[in-house]
Amino acid sequence: MKEKPVSAGDDALPSSFIPHPSSLLFDGWRLAAVAIALLIVVPLTVVLSSLLSPEREEWGHLLEYVLPGLLANTFRLALGVGLGVTLLGVSLAWLTAACDFPGRRFFSWALLLPLAVPAYVTAFVYVALLDFTGPVQTWLREVAGGPVAVPPIRSAGGVIGVMSLALYPYVYLLARNAFLTQGCRALEAAQSLGYGRVAGFFKVALPMARPWIMGGLMLALMETLADFGTVAVFNYDTFTTAIYKTWFGLFSLQGASQLASVLILLVFALIAAEQLSRRRLRYTQAGRHSRADRIVLSGTAGWLSAAYAALVLAVGFVLPVWQLGVWTAQVAAQDFDARYLDFLWHSLLLGGLAAAITAAAALVLAYARRQRRDAFTQIATRVATLGYAVPGPVLAVGIVIPLAWFDRQLAFLAKDWLGMETGLLLQGTLLAMLPAYLTRFLAVGYNPVDSAMQRITRSVDEAARTFGVSGLAMLRRVHLPMLRGGLLSAAALVFVDVMKEMPITLMTRPFGWDTLAVRIFEMTSEGEWERAALPAVALVLAGLLPIALLVRQSERA
Amino acid sequence: MKFLSILLAFAGLAAASASAAEVVVYSARNEQLIKPLFDAYTKETGVKVTFITDKEGALLQRLKAEGQNTPADMLITVDAGNLWEAAREGLLKPVKSKMLAANVPAHLRDPGDRWFGLSVRARTIFYNTQKVKPADLSTYEDLGSAKWKGRLCLRTSKKVYNQSLVAMMIAEHGEAKTEQVVKSWVANLATDPFPDDTKMLEAVAAGQCDVGIANTYYFGRLMEKKPGLPLAVFWPNQKGSGVHVNVSGAGLTKYAKHEKDALALLEWLSSPKAQNLFADVNLEYPVNPAVKSDPTVAAWGTFKQNVVNVSKAGELQAAAVRLMDRAGYK
Repeated sequence: MKEKPVSAGDDALPSSFIPHPSSLLFDGWRLAAVAIALLIVVPLTVVLSSLLSPEREEWGHLLEYVLPGLLANTFRLALGVGLGVTLLGVSLAWLTAACDFPGRRFFSWALLLPLAVPAYVTAFVYVALLDFTGPVQTWLREVAGGPVAVPPIRSAGGVIGVMSLALYPYVYLLARNAFLTQGCRALEAAQSLGYGRVAGFFKVALPMARPWIMGGLMLALMETLADFGTVAVFNYDTFTTAIYKTWFGLFSLQGASQLASVLILLVFALIAAEQLSRRRLRYTQAGRHSRADRIVLSGTAGWLSAAYAALVLAVGFVLPVWQLGVWTAQVAAQDFDARYLDFLWHSLLLGGLAAAITAAAALVLAYARRQRRDAFTQIATRVATLGYAVPGPVLAVGIVIPLAWFDRQLAFLAKDWLGMETGLLLQGTLLAMLPAYLTRFLAVGYNPVDSAMQRITRSVDEAARTFGVSGLAMLRRVHLPMLRGGLLSAAALVFVDVMKEMPITLMTRPFGWDTLAVRIFEMTSEGEWERAALPAVALVLAGLLPIALLVRQSERA
Repeated sequence: MKFLSILLAFAGLAAASASAAEVVVYSARNEQLIKPLFDAYTKETGVKVTFITDKEGALLQRLKAEGQNTPADMLITVDAGNLWEAAREGLLKPVKSKMLAANVPAHLRDPGDRWFGLSVRARTIFYNTQKVKPADLSTYEDLGSAKWKGRLCLRTSKKVYNQSLVAMMIAEHGEAKTEQVVKSWVANLATDPFPDDTKMLEAVAAGQCDVGIANTYYFGRLMEKKPGLPLAVFWPNQKGSGVHVNVSGAGLTKYAKHEKDALALLEWLSSPKAQNLFADVNLEYPVNPAVKSDPTVAAWGTFKQNVVNVSKAGELQAAAVRLMDRAGYK
């Protein structure tokens, strides 16, 4: 396979839009990428097809009374969470990857822990603790002997704070990968150019880490835009609120899908804009990092860093989990039984299988995108990650409709040809669940892998080729060892996200095959949040497993 | 064993161990509220009940997508509106049953016999006993009068229980008057609407506001946990149309494969021996007038209920949602 010399970056304008048909057919990488993209395009098409017959009545109402306020709310939320996760994620990643301070080794893995707690659970805990009726304000009123003016937790500030705490690990994990492999070298280079430490960080290290930071930020933003559970706890109305209202309130799935389509197109535009803005940049790997390079923060600076990391960990993880533990102690005697072993096992199994499949698919996509530079492959890989931008329940319907259609066709065939009654063959089996998770979480797996892929210089490929290594062998022998960190991050993120996932799990799980997330749903569906603490704590504990694996592997690397 | 269960889950055979007598249920009523009933039914009759839980909206779409291929024989929801919608979508099948007609009052079932209420959920007024005298309270509509300025708490309008309440008010007063009422409620709010009834009741008890509207079982649950709270029930509109009620109910699916067995289960659920199990586990009211409620529930007193057919809640739900949007009720 000949490749033209690369002058610009990874995202240089493609040479031709449509690849020659023969090359499409015989090109395994492109074919694999397109096949994966197709799997995701099917449910997206179900959602997007709603645009063909607009619901004028619903839109008129929504545009007049609902959307103006919601769009402002949504914009404020996305901006706030975007800033929050970037500030927290990047600063903590820099401290733990490029500096040394008391407790750094502990914090470098512990700061991932908020990932294991579903954001809506953290939200509920904070509303319970800090609202008017919570222990904090009650105590303040008792001390003051009357009403106390406290900024309300159920507000834009509250929801932004909680979501930033829940989602910063995406940015942290990816930015840390970047800083670990280049941070101190970048700073040395900057110093040789005459920059000081601070200027070096902002002028060299930070721009060099941009693909990772943006990758993590995009994940956090997609999750924020598609979220309903967390904002619902605050009764903070966003664009997804309009989607749910249209579906469940106005009984118009059609209208809801149209709104969701707008969201999908918006996210696609965001991704495209981000890609375009860095298409002239090129990223390379700056050799291996060694610990001796760290900036040692001693004295006050060191302790302040430790205090900052401890504060984020306390607020983002320790405090909510402690409160969950208190509630669990109250209900465990009545609710805990042997079935929890099954719930736990099902959660781990689904998370593990989905993580492996998604990481593999992400690798194929990222590699195809590297090797095949035509616009067709480029767009296919981008479309493949859009499932994460769709609110879960809407995507779940988009998945179940084609599944059920497929089952119906099979049933007809079986009846006509074999005279058998088959019923549902795919729907309600793991064979349907795993691809469903893939459509939802491919972005989560893809962003870390693609960022890592971009770090490998083209000259590595060229060198490999001159030694006669290409295709699958090049991936295995040359790229895979360098992608280790990215792949592990991808697998761990997907693992944890799948275990927390609710709408797709609810809609496609086999009969009697409940998971911990399903258990949380059973408790919260009638507002019994305290009883949901038990499965939530179990979920957090289960989430420690992939995080611990990730940490052990990345320490070894 | 574990390995086998994975294989079965992959092949979709976990549920397909089809015994002769079996009923498959899609339920929006959660597991801990229905499993005790199904266990009792299996013990009594030997008929196995397989079920899966999810949100109403998702279950309806699933039934629709599966069409005649669906394994589901019965759909259970926790409100009338979604049953009405399922019937409108043609997902439910009418059944003729003397027993159901006798056990379920006419206003709590579908006029077309496609679904039947199984427990009654009363949505009423609660007040802070230290700050409000019951004599000051009268109707839902009156909560919009000037004396409740800054003293009212409400749950979000996104919850179906409030959508049903407003839909039934539209059925009674028409849209224009109902919109005035809802606007006057919004003007009286002490704080932003709450995400759930429990939080709302706690705010009334803590004095953030003085009155609020909630389903009685949330009150029952809260008082079991914190018996000392200064909270009490008030039954509004007793001189008028009565207290707003909704149902948790069920219907047979259009393509039920075990129609006879499913109907037998539905009839059993409305019978005296199942009614207490169905309602009491969540402190709701039995739908069958011959059955007494749980002592805790009975202690809240008797009340006159609104006897307009609850299917109106579904019919007028979209109108209610739009109305609440116009009135600025979040």
